[in-house]
Amino acid sequence: MSSFGSKRMAASSAVTAGYVLKPPPFSLDALEPHMSRQTLEFHWGKHHRAYVDNLKKQVLGTELEGKTIDHIIHTTYNNGDLLPAFNNAAQAWNHEFFWESMKPNGGGKPAGELLALLERDFTSYEKFYDEFNAAAATQFGAGWAWLAYANDKLKVVKTPNAVNPLVLGSFPLLTIDVWEHAYYLDFQNRRPDYIKTFMNNLVSWEAVSARLEAAKAASSSSA
Amino acid sequence: MAIRCVASRKTLAGLKETSSRLLGFRGIQTFTLPDLPYDYSALEPAISGEIMQIHHQKHHQAYVTNYNNALEQLDQAVSKGDASTVVKLQSAIKFNGGGHVNHSIFWKNLAPVNQGGGEPPKGSLGSAIDAHFGSLEGLVKKMSAEGAAVQGSGWVWLSLDKELKKLVVDTTANQDPLVTKGGSLVPLVGIDVWEHAYYLQYKNVRPEYLKNVWKVINWKYASEVYDKESK
Repeated sequence: MSSFGSKRMAASSAVTAGYVLKPPPFSLDALEPHMSRQTLEFHWGKHHRAYVDNLKKQVLGTELEGKTIDHIIHTTYNNGDLLPAFNNAAQAWNHEFFWESMKPNGGGKPAGELLALLERDFTSYEKFYDEFNAAAATQFGAGWAWLAYANDKLKVVKTPNAVNPLVLGSFPLLTIDVWEHAYYLDFQNRRPDYIKTFMNNLVSWEAVSARLEAAKAASSSSA
Repeated sequence: MAIRCVASRKTLAGLKETSSRLLGFRGIQTFTLPDLPYDYSALEPAISGEIMQIHHQKHHQAYVTNYNNALEQLDQAVSKGDASTVVKLQSAIKFNGGGHVNHSIFWKNLAPVNQGGGEPPKGSLGSAIDAHFGSLEGLVKKMSAEGAAVQGSGWVWLSLDKELKKLVVDTTANQDPLVTKGGSLVPLVGIDVWEHAYYLQYKNVRPEYLKNVWKVINWKYASEVYDKESK
């Protein structure tokens, strides 16, 4: 299955999310049995939709109205002293980024340049897997785990609630949502099983590679 | 797949650990999962038996297990004078110890309808609520709104500020216990708004959970605590 909108993904590490609830690049049942249709109906259809709808209402009539989602995220992050619209803005962005991090028949070990870079910065794919797994498993409460790129290096990052690497100065490449709503219908309390299933069956390394290329291009053009 | 069978007994035989073990030369006290004073399905339809079982046997049990592990590691680090490790363990202690403290209170905050769940508070707590919030409905509205507004995971609390001698509504993030908001706060009613507390039944509609949970709130217990602590 060809990845949806690869040119769009390559265009920038920042997704143009905010004001439109874009459907995931796969049908809601396409990730079964690893992520159920029911989960996607609620996670995309209710949670993600609410972030987008509430963001629109929240910025209406304020100086944030009409600004890009990136601008809103950076402004409302406010160096960690979060302003009210941050949660909806960042979560709208994070969820679009999350759907595009997955594909049917995904997961497993990447190849080519991406594998080489993972081996360079983590020693091996297995070491990366362990580190990403640990980050996702130990992010306490709600949050996300990420593979990110900064200063020509790949790293694993975990963030609480709606925070993402954009506000921490790095380019996100891959994410897993570890808010309980992301896995509770399919796995209940068993977050480790959810993480393993994601890594082995859902990761879209094509998306990660495209984002890495965009990140490198963006980095060198600002050098 | 969600668990379909709901155990009718409060605990499964064999889950109990010994209530204390001596570790290290000081004899560290470790913890066990407290029993629920009612069956898992006894709070239906407000909270499903499926949720109660997973919440108690999996989530709370995990906090207890991980808290005990952290305490063991802390004991060793303290004995060795390993200050870095002692400090590093603080977040695990706060997460898991807080989780154990909070959930232990929560199970007492709930009661089946036939054991007084949902019955409005009378006596001094009832009067104090009217005085501070206008009415019980006013308090419920405020706590439900604040609980719904918690971003991510956390709790909403009604407490007695022992120093200022007044009732307070607060929220805490993650498993931070109420003392992190003020050392003189005594929790009276805590409502868990982590998604695991309601998701299987209410899905994304946290406000609906908050509307229904009041039907099983044990105001008798809250009144007992209030009377004891406001002397």
